[in-house]
Amino acid sequence: MKQFLSFVKKEFYHILRDRRTILILLVMPAIQIILFGFAISTEVKNTPIAVFDPSKDDATRQITERIAANDYFTLVSELHSLDDIEKAFHTGAVKLIIVFSEKFLNNFMHTGEATVQIIADATDPNQASTFVNYVSNIINAWEMENAALVTQSQNNVQFGIVPEIKMLHNPQMKGAYNFVPGVMGLVLLLICAMMTSVSIVREKELGTMEILLVSPVKPLYIIMAKITPYFVLSIINLTTILLLSIFVIGLPVAGNLFILILLSLIFILVGLSLGLFISTLVKTQVAAMLISVVVMMMPTMLLSGMIFPIESMPDILQWISAVPPNRWYIEGVAKLMIQGVEAKYVIKEFIILSFMAIVLLTVSLKKFNIRINR
Amino acid sequence: MEKVISTNKLTKKFGNFIAVDSIEFEVEKGEIFGFLGANGAGKTTAMRMLCGLSRPTSGSGMVAGFDIASQQEDIKKNIGYMSQKFALYDDLKVWENLRLFGGIYGMKKKEIEDKTAQILQELGFEKERNTLAKLLPLGWKQKLAFSVSIFHEPKIVFLDEPTGGVDPVTRRRFWELIYRAVQRGITVFVTTHYMDEAEYCNRVSIMVDGKIEVLDTPKNLKAAFNAANMDDVFQQLARKATRINN
Amino acid sequence: MLKFLLEKEFKQIFRNPFIPKLILAMPIIIMMVLPWAANQEIKNLKISVIDSDHSALSKRLANKITASGYFRLTDFSASFHNAMQSVDAGKSDIIIEIPFDFENSLFKSEIVSVMISANAVNGLKGGLGSAYLSSIINDFADELSAERGNHYQSSIIRSQFRFNPHLNYKAFIIPALFVMLLTLFTGFLPAFNIVAEKESGTTEQMNVTPVNKGIFIISKLIPYWIIGFVILSICMGIAALVYGLKPAGSLAAIYIYAIIYILVVSGLGIVISNYSSTMQQAMFVMFFFMMTVILLSGLFTPISSMPQWAQTITTINPLKYLMEVMRAIYLKGSGMHELLPQLFALCGFALIFNGWAVLSYKKSK
Repeated sequence: MKQFLSFVKKEFYHILRDRRTILILLVMPAIQIILFGFAISTEVKNTPIAVFDPSKDDATRQITERIAANDYFTLVSELHSLDDIEKAFHTGAVKLIIVFSEKFLNNFMHTGEATVQIIADATDPNQASTFVNYVSNIINAWEMENAALVTQSQNNVQFGIVPEIKMLHNPQMKGAYNFVPGVMGLVLLLICAMMTSVSIVREKELGTMEILLVSPVKPLYIIMAKITPYFVLSIINLTTILLLSIFVIGLPVAGNLFILILLSLIFILVGLSLGLFISTLVKTQVAAMLISVVVMMMPTMLLSGMIFPIESMPDILQWISAVPPNRWYIEGVAKLMIQGVEAKYVIKEFIILSFMAIVLLTVSLKKFNIRINR
Repeated sequence: MEKVISTNKLTKKFGNFIAVDSIEFEVEKGEIFGFLGANGAGKTTAMRMLCGLSRPTSGSGMVAGFDIASQQEDIKKNIGYMSQKFALYDDLKVWENLRLFGGIYGMKKKEIEDKTAQILQELGFEKERNTLAKLLPLGWKQKLAFSVSIFHEPKIVFLDEPTGGVDPVTRRRFWELIYRAVQRGITVFVTTHYMDEAEYCNRVSIMVDGKIEVLDTPKNLKAAFNAANMDDVFQQLARKATRINN
Repeated sequence: MLKFLLEKEFKQIFRNPFIPKLILAMPIIIMMVLPWAANQEIKNLKISVIDSDHSALSKRLANKITASGYFRLTDFSASFHNAMQSVDAGKSDIIIEIPFDFENSLFKSEIVSVMISANAVNGLKGGLGSAYLSSIINDFADELSAERGNHYQSSIIRSQFRFNPHLNYKAFIIPALFVMLLTLFTGFLPAFNIVAEKESGTTEQMNVTPVNKGIFIISKLIPYWIIGFVILSICMGIAALVYGLKPAGSLAAIYIYAIIYILVVSGLGIVISNYSSTMQQAMFVMFFFMMTVILLSGLFTPISSMPQWAQTITTINPLKYLMEVMRAIYLKGSGMHELLPQLFALCGFALIFNGWAVLSYKKSK
């Protein structure tokens, strides 16, 4: 035990002496949480719009004012001809243009030929649909309120179905709710797997691993000693992330904190075993880092559902997305933290992650032993 | 005789640590000047200042007629340098390394071609012309690196432990190359750990703790220390060192 | 002198066992896979329907929803509580609740409310999902009115999606992927190259030669410039052949902006390498830097959605400018005269970073 502790101390010294790395390890998660929590969002606000209004009557003014008064949009310019439309889009100055037909109010009341065109720059298709949806709702509301103005005799039955929308768990639709669990998965895996694999491979490169292995300490202890500091670091990071999410970003922990931490610990174990596994595969630090990035970062960003919804992907990618451990962790965290579900709903995640940890650990310890025996 | 190197109270400090402590010496044209000292005595630092890789903290020096503090780029045109570790391009072929450095020193294409052929012949490297540098054995790499460092016929060549890690026969051959360079009028400034090599030098200085302790011909030094060989002289001086050698 | 240095750089790149393959394979793989994965199109949302009416009309609405292609039916739940359980278990993303007496009230011309509850943990999914659902419901109402043969005045709204009428998300992400690939290659490679030379000691050998540091840095920039060209061309080729996406604007303009941009990132890579002494340091710094810069570029999430302080930071993000330019030229066909601010910004960055690269490269300490 004493030997083991002195090994752990040695590892801590290594980490603590490399100021730049320790800074990155501790500061990066915080910065990422803040970036993701505040900066990265898909909320619509202050979208620059323009209006082309040849009628300039009470109705068009009223509609324009309503749209401009909305937080989602900012009216930046009034166009004077239809030719301006193309130009306004090309420079990227506006994202949405509203075009009223001529003699709008008059036509609305008498001929039924009044129209409002909502022209969206659909370069970003999701944003464009959202904009159009918002503006349509505003105009629809105006239309219903002013139905009485329509003089044309219409003794018709209107089928009015009003959708009442409720956003569960995240009424303001903050991006952070979705991203924070993602960042937790990303950062923890990065630190555990990348740092562990790099630090083990580094000792291989320097040849100090040989020295450790000829010492009377059991190989298992050496490995444990290498892993322990990163385990501690991960826990520090987990704490920072949770504290920042709760107190700075204002994320709720709706579910059971204890279960959340338990799930995180299992995930950290998966990360450490993965790091160990990578270190048995490669010989150089650069290779270890590249594998960590290519095999773990990319799938985490892309296939974990953190930014891109998994349901929309082709089947084959959906299957592949089941492999990275992050996906299960992120799903579990989102359920526990934000939806606040009971423990029984995350049993699947627990089982999958535990299974991954056991398999990875067994395989890499075996590989490690084989290497020593040679 | 013409002086090609001269220093005046040349000093380099790293924080509180005085790596080179106001050293003064002169090197004459065409001589082989041995620059000895234990590890950490400050010889590499001093040499780096002379080559314009490092700026002096105080004091001054002239190399090939230029000031080491202000005319570093002029110095670089007139010197060659070979570092402790093989610092040529591993992934370039032998002739490509020669061509690259010839080109950097502004030699003409024809000139480079002729000189390359001549050097390969002198070294007996004709067969290795198209070999990647990393595939050469260490002794050959050293010869190649030396040839590169004098490829442009510099006035002075600085050799930092040029023969580390090879056997005595290979070292002997390497010194033959040095003598040939000297015959062409190139001044050689060399650091080494091998005391048999010190005997080959015209004059030798020995640094202890950042200072030049002695400077004379090997013969005079042996007489002054009443020693049988240079190794003995070195041992007597090195024992005085207070800095930790590592 | 430059000639000899360039000759050396190219020989080294071609002889490297890894880099030429990387330059060819990576853009192809990324361009083949990422547009499918990096897709924020919302479809196949899982829906739970609570039909308290059990009428012909309510069934018809449910059918219309599932036939739309945006939704996939999870279950008909008996109660809201049951539906919420499906959401908690991750089996459902959205709940629609058709009230009791739905059909009767409609025929009596009453206005009926339909409840939509979306799981908004992913705000985008919740928002777009409910928007799609409500537009389906509106369509349904219009359809019914039309069937009843009334003089139904259709809505006054006409919407039009410019530049990407089919709302194809791939068209949005592909030009941005070009920019990402250019950044990764022409930023990382020169940085690693220089640090590797430092580690092997060849930099020192160079430093004792009279080689001018400006020329030395140019000799490092030019190869990556050409690599950038190759990568960009591969990417555009794949975009045209596989995804049928061709630039609406001028090809020349794309290359001009790319040339300047490559100078910017390579310059930045060199600056970072000048301050790093080991590969590991360079990797970490570069990695951290790239993450931040990519996230703040508008690649995945719109810059206009960011808070003001983050938007201010993006003005010093070169990636953002090329991203804007690429999308504008590719999709909208904007001309260079319409993208002058971006041109000036990129030129400015190129000057600053390369100037900094030369100044921070120290031949002597």
